[in-house]
Formats: sequence, structure tokens, C-alpha cells
Amino acid sequence: MSQMLSEEKVKELKRFSKKIQMETMKTICEIGMGHVGGSLSISDLLALLYDQEMKIDPKNPKWEERDWLVLSKGHCAPALYSTLALKGYFPMEWLMTVNKNNTNLPSHADRLKVPGVDMTTGSLGQGSSAAAGIALGLKMEDKPNYVYLILGDGECQEGQVWEAALFAPQHKLNHLIAFVDLNRLQLDGFTDDICAMGDMEAKFTDFGWYTQGVNGHDIQAIHMAIENAKRQPEKPSMIILHTIKGNGWSEIAGKTNSHAPTVSKEQLAQALAEMEEAYAQI
Amino acid sequence: MVMKEIRPESQEMRAAFCETLMELAEEYKDLIVMDADLMGAMGTKPFQAKYPERTVDCGIQEANMIGVAAGLSLTGKIPFAHTFGPFMSRRACDQIFLSGAYAKANVKLIGSDPGITAQTNGGTHMPFEDMGIMRGTPEMTVIEPTDITMLKYVLRYMAGHYGMQYMRLVRKQCMKIYEDGTEFEVGKAVTVRDGKDVTIIASGFCVGQAIKAADVLEKEGIQARILDMFTWKPLDEDAIIKAAKETGAIVSAENHTVTTGLGAAVSETVVKNCPVPMELIGIQDRFGQVGTLDFLAEQYHLTVEDIVEAAKKAIARK
Repeated sequence: MSQMLSEEKVKELKRFSKKIQMETMKTICEIGMGHVGGSLSISDLLALLYDQEMKIDPKNPKWEERDWLVLSKGHCAPALYSTLALKGYFPMEWLMTVNKNNTNLPSHADRLKVPGVDMTTGSLGQGSSAAAGIALGLKMEDKPNYVYLILGDGECQEGQVWEAALFAPQHKLNHLIAFVDLNRLQLDGFTDDICAMGDMEAKFTDFGWYTQGVNGHDIQAIHMAIENAKRQPEKPSMIILHTIKGNGWSEIAGKTNSHAPTVSKEQLAQALAEMEEAYAQI
Repeated sequence: MVMKEIRPESQEMRAAFCETLMELAEEYKDLIVMDADLMGAMGTKPFQAKYPERTVDCGIQEANMIGVAAGLSLTGKIPFAHTFGPFMSRRACDQIFLSGAYAKANVKLIGSDPGITAQTNGGTHMPFEDMGIMRGTPEMTVIEPTDITMLKYVLRYMAGHYGMQYMRLVRKQCMKIYEDGTEFEVGKAVTVRDGKDVTIIASGFCVGQAIKAADVLEKEGIQARILDMFTWKPLDEDAIIKAAKETGAIVSAENHTVTTGLGAAVSETVVKNCPVPMELIGIQDRFGQVGTLDFLAEQYHLTVEDIVEAAKKAIARK
């Protein structure tokens, strides 16, 4: 039977999500600009995965029994780095070095430099195949590990996503649990105005995935979807997360300026105030 | 050891390729064979029959195949991924670069039908630029095995060495240059023949052509050294510098565009270390076309006569 999260646990995860957002804002402000929007829209998911769903050991990032995560929308690495630092994979001070000379935390997720990053990404679409390969390699050895994959909705305009979408069901990769961060925005504007993708749930269902659609800011709903996904005996799972790009910072939330804005010290103060208020109300 | 007389191999390269992979699979339990719907063309169906659970035929999706291969390698698998050379190098270029090389994955890339050996598959399938694309990828090892003896060595090397390696491979007929059991070393040119007047630095199809050219030159009193530069990267710079100093003239000979290929690689070493006259035999900024091997060799100036003339020209420029 599916186990719902307790109300207290949901609140705890919500608070963790806010902390991820605040650390993300600080790291991006430190360098002056960055991929704020898509980072903020996945903080709820990252909080849930790293604090509840995934089997991990921050002191042993390459632990053989761990669950894996591929952030295919690799430009949203600031949110992942904040999550990993908060979980203790590396010192919090590292976050202030994001994208600076000689940093261990480059703009896009890097498996060689960052403890806890399982795959290097940054050229959109490629994480989908890599995650499928990891899931296949683990399946070949009958390993129980899960592989989580986070795609952007704009990213799904890449053909490679759909090659992998055909591949995963063919090989019955039921331990591959993927998400699309469907925030309806991309660098140049609204996805519907640039290259509309229609009904994403119907598309992945038709490609052979067990597909669910949930509010991507409802942690309980994402949790229940993951529980459902884990009961699939053969199909890989796609969970479409209906999200708001830039969620948590009203200046950009859901707007076309949300992709990679500049963040001044004043804007940071404003965003943090907003987030701290939200934190206090959880 | 070089054969006293070179002759066509008694089996096709692809048959030896599959046999060797099956041998290596016994030794390397993580070895996986991957393809993008060209297993029939590459002759790897016997591998699939023996090891179905270690075969991944992705269907016609080269980019995904490389990404999956990179992912597999992170779990400890050793994937050998094949498709035709143009699709491997051009179509999956970014996946090879990023998910493979940049992420330091462990994928063995096989691009078949190099250059004019694509023959009747024609210009769409005739890679003149595959090795150049791979050469421009940091930390990539880039190899063109000359015959089956060398192929067996190279495959064993690839299985046993972590990292990204690209091998371009003739599928069908090639010349037997080396006696069975000959030892090689990746990154070290083979001195096929010694000589003092000029050095022909050749690879793949052009090694056989160079040997025939050296025979012709010898009759005219010209002693040509031949280096089989089967590893394009890392390049055996010492052998090139030594050849330049000792013979004073160099001809590079490749079944590939000279712009980014072996001619370019050798030139870079020569100009930096010991400038001597050089002639570059290879594809001169052209597309491929359909045809037989002999016809295409004439069309693209890869014949024995072309190499002989280039050698004389280089010597005359000393």
C-alpha cells in the first residue's frame, strides 16, 4: 500500500525546499546572474528526492547501493548544488564559488567535479540517454537501485529525448523514474509560442511509459506518484510536473524574464525576504 | 613482423571483429556490443546469438546509442558501439564529445566503412572526416587498424583500457600486412620498411599502397621509409621527427581528408620540430561518391602512382 507522508514530513520537506531556493538565490547573486527560473521550479522535487525518496549516503557519493540522479536540464545545477551542500555532500562554502574561476561547481552539472552528481550534463537531451544507460546497466546486474531523471519541458524539443523515450520502454527500464519540469517557459519565451509540444502526458504514454501528471509544487502528490511508479513491473515512469518557472520569487515567477535573469543585491534581499516569509508560514 | 609479400586477408575484417569480440567477452564479463541497426551489416549477429543479454541493438538512433553507452559505462559496463563512420562521427558528435569524452566515460566507438571503402554506399556514407572530428576531441584515442592481426590487438587494447577510443574499421576486404602474432603498441608507429631518401607516413588502406609505391621507387634507386601511423592520436611524434631528420622529406598518405586528418597531424609535428618538404596524399576537400575501390582511388588520387609521384616531388624540394 502506498504510504502517504505525514503532514509534519511534508512541512519539513517544504522547509527544505525553501532552503534550497534561498541558497540558490545567494549563489546566483554572488556571480550576478544565472538560471534562476528553472532552478526554483524544481526545488520541491529535489527536496523530496534527496530528503525522502532516494537511497543516498552523502559521505559516500559513489555508494554502490545508492539511487542515481541525472539532471538532464543541467543548467539548473545551482539548485542541485544547493541541495547537495545542504545534505552534506560538500561544504556549504563551496556554493559561493559557483561559476567562478577554478570552482568545483561549474554552471552545468559535472560528475567529475561535484560529489553527488552522477552524470555530466549541459547539452540538452543527453541526460535522457545517459539515465537510460545507467538504468539498463543496473538492470543487467539485477540491481535494485532507482535512476531518477529530470528533464525540462523546453528540453523535450530535442530529438534525443524521444529516441530515449522509445528506448526505455523497449528495454523495460522500470527502475527509471523520469520527470518533466513543465513550467511552460524557455529562454526565448513561452514554449507554446516557440515550439509547442502539445499533450506531453499523452505523448509519453503513447511511447510506452507509465505516465502521471501532478502539481509539481505539491510534495505529497509527487511522493504518491513516485510510489505508483515504483510498483510498475515493466514500464519506465514519466511524472509530468506542472510547475511555475521562478516559483517563490514573484518578480519573475511565471514570466518570460525568468530563465537567466541578473540578480542584484537588492533583488536578492527582496527574494530572500519573500522566501523567508513563506518559510515562516509553512 | 611485416609479411614478405602482402596479400589480401583470407577473411573479412568484420568476421575477425566479431570473433575477437566473442573471445574478449569470455575474458571481460562486462563487455557489451551495441549497434544502431547495423549488426547484420557489421557481421555481429553471431555475438548476439551467443550473448543476447550482452547485446543492445538500439534501432536507428545513433545519438541515443552513444548516450546509453556512456550511461552503461558508468555502471561498469564496457560498451563497444558500432555504426557506419559518418553516423558515428557526424551524427553522434556532440554525444561522443559531452556524454562520452567530457564526462570521462568508457565507450569504445567503432565507425565502419572508412573513406573510399564505403564504395557503392556512396557520398552519403563515405566518411572522409571521421578521424578529424575525433582527433579534435580532447583525450580521445584515435586508431585505424591496418589489417586483422592489428585489429585483434587494438580490440584487446580497447577492452582493457578505460577511456574513450575511436576505431575506424574496414568491414570487408583488406590487405594482410603483418604476420600473425605481431606485437604493436598504441601510440607507436610501425616501421614497415626502412629507407633514407623519403618517409611515407601512411594509415589504413594507404599502408598497402605505400608498400607498393616503395617497391616502384626502389627500382628507381629511391629508398623510401614507411611508417604505419595506425594511431592518429596520441601521435608518435618521435617517429615523425626522426623520419624528418633522417630522410629529409615526408609524404603522408591517408584515406581521409588531409585538412583535419593524418596529413594535418603530421604537418603540425613537422613544422614545430623540423620543417622538411611534405606532400599530402589524401582527400582534398571533396565529397564522396559511389564507385569501386580502384575507381575511387583514382578519383581521389590515392593510387600507388600518386604516392610515387608525391615522393619524388617531396625529394625534389629538399
